[in-house]
Amino acid sequence: MRIAFALLGALLVLFVAVPLLWITLSAPPALLWQTLLDEEVQDAILLTFAASLAATVLAFVTGVPLAYLLARTDFPGKHLVEGIMDVPVVVPHTAAGIALLMMFGRRALLGRALGTLGLRFVSAVPGIVIAMLFVSLSFLVSAAREGFEAVDPRLERIARTLGASPWTAFWRVAFPLAWRNILSGMILMWARGLSEFGAVVILTYHPMVAPVLLYERFESFGLDYARPVATLIILICLATFVALRLVSRRER
Amino acid sequence: MRRALGSRLEIRGLSVDLGEFHLRGIDLSIASGEYFVILGPTGGGKTVLLETIAGLHRPRAGRILLDGEDITAAPPERRGMGFVYQDYALFPHLSVRENIAFGLRLRGLSRPAVAERLAEVGDLLAIGHLFHRPPSSLSGGEQQRVALARALVVEPRLLLLDEPLSALDPETRERLQRELGRLRRELGLTVVHVTHDFEEAVALGDRLAVMHAGRVVQVGPPEEVFRRPATEFVARFVGVRNIFEGRLRPGDDGYQVLPLGAVEVAVVTELSGRAHISVRPEEIIISREPLRSSARNAFRGRVVEVSERGALAYITVRVPPEFTGVVTRRSLEELALREGEEVWIAFKASAVHVF
Repeated sequence: MRIAFALLGALLVLFVAVPLLWITLSAPPALLWQTLLDEEVQDAILLTFAASLAATVLAFVTGVPLAYLLARTDFPGKHLVEGIMDVPVVVPHTAAGIALLMMFGRRALLGRALGTLGLRFVSAVPGIVIAMLFVSLSFLVSAAREGFEAVDPRLERIARTLGASPWTAFWRVAFPLAWRNILSGMILMWARGLSEFGAVVILTYHPMVAPVLLYERFESFGLDYARPVATLIILICLATFVALRLVSRRER
Repeated sequence: MRRALGSRLEIRGLSVDLGEFHLRGIDLSIASGEYFVILGPTGGGKTVLLETIAGLHRPRAGRILLDGEDITAAPPERRGMGFVYQDYALFPHLSVRENIAFGLRLRGLSRPAVAERLAEVGDLLAIGHLFHRPPSSLSGGEQQRVALARALVVEPRLLLLDEPLSALDPETRERLQRELGRLRRELGLTVVHVTHDFEEAVALGDRLAVMHAGRVVQVGPPEEVFRRPATEFVARFVGVRNIFEGRLRPGDDGYQVLPLGAVEVAVVTELSGRAHISVRPEEIIISREPLRSSARNAFRGRVVEVSERGALAYITVRVPPEFTGVVTRRSLEELALREGEEVWIAFKASAVHVF
C-alpha cells in the first residue's frame, strides 16, 4: 500500500518540481543576467517585495491582537469573526479586487475620504498593499491563533501573580512563546502577497508588480520575452522563501 | 528572604461562576502563618477558589481580605501572592534562572540585588546548580522546586499551592512534602494548599477545609475532620482510616516502632522523628485466637463497634488505640463478632504507611 501511495504522491511532487526546474535550467544565464539588469524588472521586483512587506506589517499590527483574542476569549459572534477571516482564501482574487475597488475607488465613499488625506488606492502603491493584505491576511491570523492556542494560559496567570500587568504578561510570555508560529505565518503571508496577481491587477496595473509585469510581457511580446522574467521571479521567490524558512526553523 | 510572618486571609461569602464551576458562599478565615489545606475531589472547584484568591477570576459576590484590607477588586499583580500549579507551569522559553528572576525583574531590582536573592533562594531549595538549564531538562521534582523558588523569591504575603505534589512519584512527593513543611516553618509563610490527597492534608495542614460541589462542607483540624466528619460526603471522601501520629524510634530487626497508647507499632520507613502512620482497614486481620502469621503487629483488643455497610462490616477494636478493620458479612457471622468481645488484630509492618 505504501508503495502505491508513494507513486501517486510522487506524481504530484513531480508536477510541481519539474516545470519549475525546467524553466530555471532552460534559461541561458546570460539572458537571466540581462533581464536582471532591466530597470523595469528591478523596479517591479522591489515594489512587489516592499508592498507585500507593508501588507504583512499591517496584518501583524492588527492580526496578532485579533488572533490572541480568538485564542483566549469567548465572545458572541466569535465564529462569525473566524469565518470572515477565512473568507479571503475562498473568494476568487479578481472578485476580491473588484470588491476592494468598490470601497477604495476614487468615487467610493472610503476611497474619497482617504483621498482627501492624500491616500490614493487606484493605480497607486497603497492599492497594491491593500490587495495583497486582503488575499493573504488569513495565513497570518490563523498561524498566530494556533500559536497562542498552544500557549498554556496558566503561564500568563503565573506571570500576573509575579507582578506582571496584562500587557507585560502578553509581551514577556504569550508573545515570545507564540513567536515561531507568528513568524512562519508572516513568511507565508509575505510569500503569498508576492505572488498575488488577480486582486492587484484590478486596483493597480501601474506601477507594475512583478506578476503584472510578467503578464504584460507575455501578452505584448510573447512567450520568449516572458520566460526569462518568469524564471527570474521564480528564482528570487524560491531563494527568499527558502532563506526565511531556514530562519524560522533555526529559531526552533 | 523575608522571615516575617505571612498575611492573614479572610474570605467572606464568596461566590464565583466560571464555566461549569460554581463556588457558593465560601467563608474561610486563615490565620497569619497558618498552613491551611483545602481538600476535595478533583473537579470540585478547588483550583477556581485558589485562582480567585490570587485575583485571576472576578467573584460574582463576596469579599476577600488580606490583613484586613479589602483586595476583592485588586488585580493579581498587586496582591503579592505566590502561586504554584500541579504541573509547575514554568516558562518554557526561559532558563531556570530567568524563570525565578521573572518577578524580581518586574520589581525593578538592581542586578546585584537580583543576584543576591537568586543565590539565597537557590540555597534554600538546593537548586543553584540548575540555574543555567532549560526547564524542559529537569525532573518533575526539580521543576516543582523551581516553581516554588519562583513564587517564594518575591516574598509573597500568601503562598497558594494547587495540588503541588500530585504529579510527582511517591518518593519525590514525600521529600517535597517535608520540604514544604520546613519552608513554611523557616519562612513563617501563610500557605493555602489544595489537594485531593487526605494523607497530604493530614501531614501538612494545621487545619483543613473539605470542599464538595463548590461549597465548603467542613473546616477544622485534620483529626477532627476524620474523627467527626460533618456530613456523609466527608465521611465517604475521607474514608475509614486508621491514622495516628507519634514519634518514631528504632526497633528490632531494622524495623522502626511508633509507640501508640498501650502498644508499639512496627513500621518500615526511612523517616525519623515525628510522623503519621496510616493502616487501611482491609490490611487488618481480625481473629478470635492469636494468629500464627508473619504479621509483625499483633494486638489484643475489645470490639467497641460493629457497623455493617452492604456486604462489608467495619469492626472497631479498642487496643487502645482504636483500630478499624473490615470483614465480609460472611466472616462477621462465622466469627460471631459482637461489641464487647475480645479479639486479636494483626497487620504487617509493610502495610503501615508512614508519612
